[in-house]
Amino acid sequence: MFIVGELINGMYSQVAKAILNKDKAFIQDLAKKQVESGSAALDLNCGPGSKNPLEDMVWLVESVQDVTDKMLCIDSTKYEVIQKALEVAQNETMINSANAEDEKLAKLVALAQKHSSALIALTMDKKGIPQNKEQRLELAVKIVGFVQEAGFDMQKLFLDPVLMPINVAQAQLVEIIEAIKDFKVLTEPSPKTIVGLSNISQGAKTRSIINRTFVVMGLSSGLDAAILDPLDKQLIDAVKAAELVLNKNIYCDSFLGA
Amino acid sequence: MKLEQIEKSSNVINPTILGEGNSSVKIAGEDSLPFLHREGKSGNRPIVAYEVFDSVPSDWPKSLKDEFKGVINKPIEWASFCKNELNAQVICLRLAGVHPDFGNASAQDSAKLCRDIYAKVNLPLVVIGCGDDQRDNKILPECSKALKGKNCFFGNATIDNHKTLVASCIADGNGIIAQSPIDINIAKQLNILISEVGLPLDKIIINSTVGALGYGLEYAYSIMERARLAALMGDKMLAMPFICFIGQESWRAKESKASVKNNPDWGNEYERGVNWEAVTANAFLHAGADILVMRHPKAGKIINSSINELSKKGIT
Repeated sequence: MFIVGELINGMYSQVAKAILNKDKAFIQDLAKKQVESGSAALDLNCGPGSKNPLEDMVWLVESVQDVTDKMLCIDSTKYEVIQKALEVAQNETMINSANAEDEKLAKLVALAQKHSSALIALTMDKKGIPQNKEQRLELAVKIVGFVQEAGFDMQKLFLDPVLMPINVAQAQLVEIIEAIKDFKVLTEPSPKTIVGLSNISQGAKTRSIINRTFVVMGLSSGLDAAILDPLDKQLIDAVKAAELVLNKNIYCDSFLGA
Repeated sequence: MKLEQIEKSSNVINPTILGEGNSSVKIAGEDSLPFLHREGKSGNRPIVAYEVFDSVPSDWPKSLKDEFKGVINKPIEWASFCKNELNAQVICLRLAGVHPDFGNASAQDSAKLCRDIYAKVNLPLVVIGCGDDQRDNKILPECSKALKGKNCFFGNATIDNHKTLVASCIADGNGIIAQSPIDINIAKQLNILISEVGLPLDKIIINSTVGALGYGLEYAYSIMERARLAALMGDKMLAMPFICFIGQESWRAKESKASVKNNPDWGNEYERGVNWEAVTANAFLHAGADILVMRHPKAGKIINSSINELSKKGIT
């Protein structure tokens, strides 16, 4: 599974503090820990409290790429912030995220193409988050069609069915799993699929087991990637075990240490 | 219709260097299956290594021994012959004579032999012990010390016996030959254990063990193929080059050594033995072998010309 470490996010108070104080060592340490725990990419988000997201994001990119050559996932709602981050990034990059809105999609696909960046696209639009798998598929078809037309590499497109919290929209989760299956057969080669895993347990009292269970179910339905907490060892172990069962990895006694 | 490649591998087989300075040899580095030049990077060409024994091999047939007349009892000359006459890029030194039953040669003598051979030929060495764990753990660390900083490779490390040898190789800047019994799960497990001791992944070469034509070749082939596919799909703990002891296995087969006198239908054993080794080697070349350890000079020559042909970029 392609793991995107989620911890460098200004939503967390300690990270917000580190961004505010430009505490490079704290951010770099968090980056290294996530890479050591198996992250193939690192999400960077300066958080809602950032007064100057443009400057903060550039600082995050520069700080993190000093200590790792892993992919950087530029997580922002602002086009200018993403654009600037891609300009200063020397590592491979991923844009987080576009959605099915025409204008936003067109701009971000063009930007991703210019910088050979991967692109996450949420299957939602101005009308909000879809309520069932059919609506998700409809939006996925729209996104895939646009991306194909633009000549963008399908394997760099990550479709996100938008994971809902289990205590808010329980009935949605089956729809989301079905949607992931459908996304994978849209084209050949197929687009990649991704979820923001922690969303599912947002507000729930026992979070880790819910995340762990969903990721395993997702993997068996064609989920390629997840933005998650790589320091949750039980979660990572569940991913590794699922990959063995799915014959994606070769068994050995120390498979958890591989 | 234009054919498009829809899948690309996500991992590279570790580019691995044997030796140091101007005689060093680089192997692997490919991100596709062997010789499929259009599918990805082909990496470095596979190489042929020749075996040199510290004592006269007791089980070689005359047809093989004759090729090394005059040098077979002089390992340093033998190594030099392999370099000058056979263009060997790597010498595989087999310390069979340290075995308690086959000479019980001392650590001191073996270390000196390693040093002398290296001094004479200035080629990377692959040094293989006798297979007796106790003796090997005594002898090989001394040999590693004697070749300190030369980036030579030592084996065989196994699941049950690897810590002593790996620790020596880390200390001396050498590499490891990791042997598993035609078992992909054990091959991976051993690589994890070795890397946990602290050896970098690009200092490990997998000896997944092979079988000669007629003696399990297909099974060994399928294990290597599966390991290589897993490695290309991202499994870093299997993304090491392969070393295949082709000569050892081929010349064990009765088909390669039985005389024509006793088997009139089988034809001349001189040609038969060479062909048996060459055919075996050719198969493993396609399974992903990076180092082929050969015995008969003619078989080595055939394989070198196969490598030349297959490495031409125009061929698909």
